[in-house]
Amino acid sequence: MLRASIATTLREFGLEVELEVEAGSCVALVGPSGAGKSTVLRAIAGLHRPEAGRIALDGEVWFDAEVGTDLAPEQRSCGYLFQEYALFPHLSAWRNVAFGLDHLPGDERRARAQAALDRFGVGRLAEQRPTHLSGGERQRVALARALARDPEVLLLDEPLAALDARTAAESGRELSATLARVDVPTVLVTHDFADAALLADSIAVIDRGAIVQRGTAGDLSARPATSFVADFAGAAVLVGRAHRGESGLTVVDLEGGGTITSTDEVSGDVAAAVYPWEVILEPAGTVAEVSAMNHVEGTVASITEIGNRARVGLEIPQPLAAEVTAASIARLGVAPGTRVAATWKATATRLVPR
Amino acid sequence: MARKPVAFRTLIVVALVIVLCFLTLPIVAIFVDVSPRELVASLDDPEAREALWLSLRTTLAALAIIVVFGTPAAYLLATREFRGRELVTTLIELPLVLPPAAAGIALLAAFGPEGILGGALADAGIELALTTAAVVVALTFVAAPFYLRQAQAAFAAIDPALLDAARTLGASEARAFVRVAIPCAGPGISAGLALAWGRALGEFGATLMFAGSFSGITQTVPLAIFSEFNRDFPGALALSAVLVAVSAALLLSVKLLGRSPLLGGAQA
Repeated sequence: MLRASIATTLREFGLEVELEVEAGSCVALVGPSGAGKSTVLRAIAGLHRPEAGRIALDGEVWFDAEVGTDLAPEQRSCGYLFQEYALFPHLSAWRNVAFGLDHLPGDERRARAQAALDRFGVGRLAEQRPTHLSGGERQRVALARALARDPEVLLLDEPLAALDARTAAESGRELSATLARVDVPTVLVTHDFADAALLADSIAVIDRGAIVQRGTAGDLSARPATSFVADFAGAAVLVGRAHRGESGLTVVDLEGGGTITSTDEVSGDVAAAVYPWEVILEPAGTVAEVSAMNHVEGTVASITEIGNRARVGLEIPQPLAAEVTAASIARLGVAPGTRVAATWKATATRLVPR
Repeated sequence: MARKPVAFRTLIVVALVIVLCFLTLPIVAIFVDVSPRELVASLDDPEAREALWLSLRTTLAALAIIVVFGTPAAYLLATREFRGRELVTTLIELPLVLPPAAAGIALLAAFGPEGILGGALADAGIELALTTAAVVVALTFVAAPFYLRQAQAAFAAIDPALLDAARTLGASEARAFVRVAIPCAGPGISAGLALAWGRALGEFGATLMFAGSFSGITQTVPLAIFSEFNRDFPGALALSAVLVAVSAALLLSVKLLGRSPLLGGAQA
């Protein structure tokens, strides 16, 4: 269990954040750029010294402002994936990984580094310098480097931001599989709510140095506490089992019942991300004659008004959210307990393996 | 009237040609006036050989001092924010704009027998004035800023995330400096080394005033050229040609070394 409470002054505002992360689980800090997310990671790793607070892993105190404890970064066991990966340009891929294995004898370092690269599918690139690697390959080498030391905490700073959209989707799926294997506390920082929803077990939305709301992606999506969270926290996440359906689309049998369709090609246990603003509501019982492939019925669980619109939380029975105008709520007679039909496109359904 | 991008392009090409001609013509002239045979013959002159050997020893000693103290100092200036950093940087660069004669006087005022530290040095049994050690002091004084500037810029250009990554991978600050900062700054550092070496090899004024011109003790090649010049112009010319050739060879090899993967001078 990683416990961190961090207070520090940033350029324009104060940062005050408390986090508790269980071993094997991943907490995402989500917020706009400049909200102080990366500073939290840097403080945990010992690269930034907070003015106040305490950081401890299980019983081991890494930082305590009151007592004056402040372990150097090399004394904390953090695997840190930097935003642009920060691979050493003068070292080959395997030497980058071996850099963190200095405590081992020479031949064992080489073998361990090679094994780490193999595990991430980049073993054949061991002799290459980072400049000769693509964005996705760099990310894998960096991840291999961060995990080769068997760190006790994993810190991921915008792991997908440096990649083009296509590579990011693929890397996101791989990262999700990696996180499922890792059994240490993981803190993920991202500005993309969908990435957080798909990779993390719980999400903390951070704005101008403070956490404004915490919860699962579904909670935040269905019941945003503020309009900031509503704008930022989009995707609801539905879990189920995917298989290839007709006409090449992926069909997901949702846990608890119902099926949805996606254009992403994944099979097995998956998580599906759907943005509330992609979802259209209709009275239950209507048969939609539209091109959208997904059409499910559910019960309205909550209605959260945000200015001139409202976030409607549905149980289908998994939680789903739709964002509609206040006028539509009145016209459709939507109220908690009523049955409605939700419609959205297969292309608006992002899948990652679970 | 149609725009003429050609005019500007012509202008910059002409400017380069003028710069190149002006800067290389005198160097070419040395070699035009000195036949290769004269050049080799001048190396047989014991006084010339002594001057060359002295120049090599003193510049290398000065470079060693500059690198040992200058590299960590430049790293500190490049990577730490502190009050007065700009002032420190400016003070360090001051010798760059100091006229060599003023530098010589300044060194005498500081380390000479009558200087601020002269008494203390004498008490410690160190006699600087008119010794080979004085040459090294003069060379270090005038050449160090060239190295410091380049090294500081090279360290400042390193992505700070690389040093952070080294720390999270278990490296102490010292190890991150040696294993990451120095290799990454390699090309910039070796460029600074080349500049400082070039400046030291050509040093004349400060050496003459602070160390004097005694054959075999303080008479480096530039000083030897000057003393030859008063007696024998062709001899001075030949020695100049040797200095130019040696300097060019040194600078070239340092630059090549900076590009080699040994120093980590990879294309980033």
